[in-house]
Amino acid sequence: MSDHSPNLVDQGFLDARIKLLDVAAFLDRVQRHGLTDDFRVRALKEALLELPSDEPGRARRILEALSDPSEEPIPEATMQGAFGAYANSCKGDAV
Amino acid sequence: MRYIEPHAHMVSRTMDDYLAMALAGCQVVCEPAFWAGFDRSSAQGFYDYFRQITEFEPKRAAKFNLKHYTWLCINPKEAEDTKLANEVLDLIPEFLEKPTVLGIGEIGLNKNSRNELKILEKHIDLAERHDQLILVHTPHLEDKLKGTKLIIDALANHSNLDPNRVIIDHVEEHTAPLVLDKGFWAGMTLYPESKATPNRAIDMLELYGSERIWMNSACDWGVSDPLAVPKTALEMKRRGYDDNFIDRIVYGNPATFMRQSGRFIP
Repeated sequence: MSDHSPNLVDQGFLDARIKLLDVAAFLDRVQRHGLTDDFRVRALKEALLELPSDEPGRARRILEALSDPSEEPIPEATMQGAFGAYANSCKGDAV
Repeated sequence: MRYIEPHAHMVSRTMDDYLAMALAGCQVVCEPAFWAGFDRSSAQGFYDYFRQITEFEPKRAAKFNLKHYTWLCINPKEAEDTKLANEVLDLIPEFLEKPTVLGIGEIGLNKNSRNELKILEKHIDLAERHDQLILVHTPHLEDKLKGTKLIIDALANHSNLDPNRVIIDHVEEHTAPLVLDKGFWAGMTLYPESKATPNRAIDMLELYGSERIWMNSACDWGVSDPLAVPKTALEMKRRGYDDNFIDRIVYGNPATFMRQSGRFIP
């Protein structure tokens, strides 16, 4: 399958580093502006707890943690967008 | 490098995008019916849209030597209005006769509502009656996991439906195994702000295998990149994959699925 085995840390470390810093700066920013109670910010901080895990499947578990856990269809679609994190009463701007 | 763009909403893109795709090696572009970014006010609006994607858009693509195929449906974002949705469903059989129509899509769910589910069922019935391939859209972000499960259940209610003739699109790490384990094809959508990045898509190939899976840009009127597939192919090359493997993922796999339509000639 592969011609060669590149060093994936060489390839991806700086990209991962700047994304991590972006998350940290985002959390600083929303705290500075008094928005830490937003359900999306709370969900993001909870999801971050997956990162230090040594168990593979971090991306899958983060996606699951941010998902609607219910199983039945909702009675009616009252909006068309989504928020990126699940909450029973959403107040943010959907995308 | 050659590739197929199996999911793109070219009505929202410029001729410059067609040119860039052709220069990057695109051979074929496939366009599922989509939400226009606002709700259409009548079935007549869909009639015109279906004419656009079956008559006009293939001519636009042909100017760059690109083949253009399409899929037909009313998108789940407009399925809450069941009266409108049923009127649009009645329009579809006439267009299934067009030579570039590959099947019914992109159907599915958006907010996972009861009405969306009813209209999804009707689309599946329509596909079965007319022996059409199915392309399924799965919901966005927090709605994806639940919606994917509901869609799989809805498809499973049709015991005569061959899962090998159904592709469930926009999978991510938490939904890809659900789709593939049931025998469906899976589509990975490469978006800058949601769905999958190139590196995560390649990770999913490593995690879940390279059979019954394709990748697409789903480029539309929103933040999206019509060159996402060739950029991901380049990333695969950087990661050490050989040309034959990359060709299978970006050309062979989508061709294999869509040839089942009996109309698709790459």
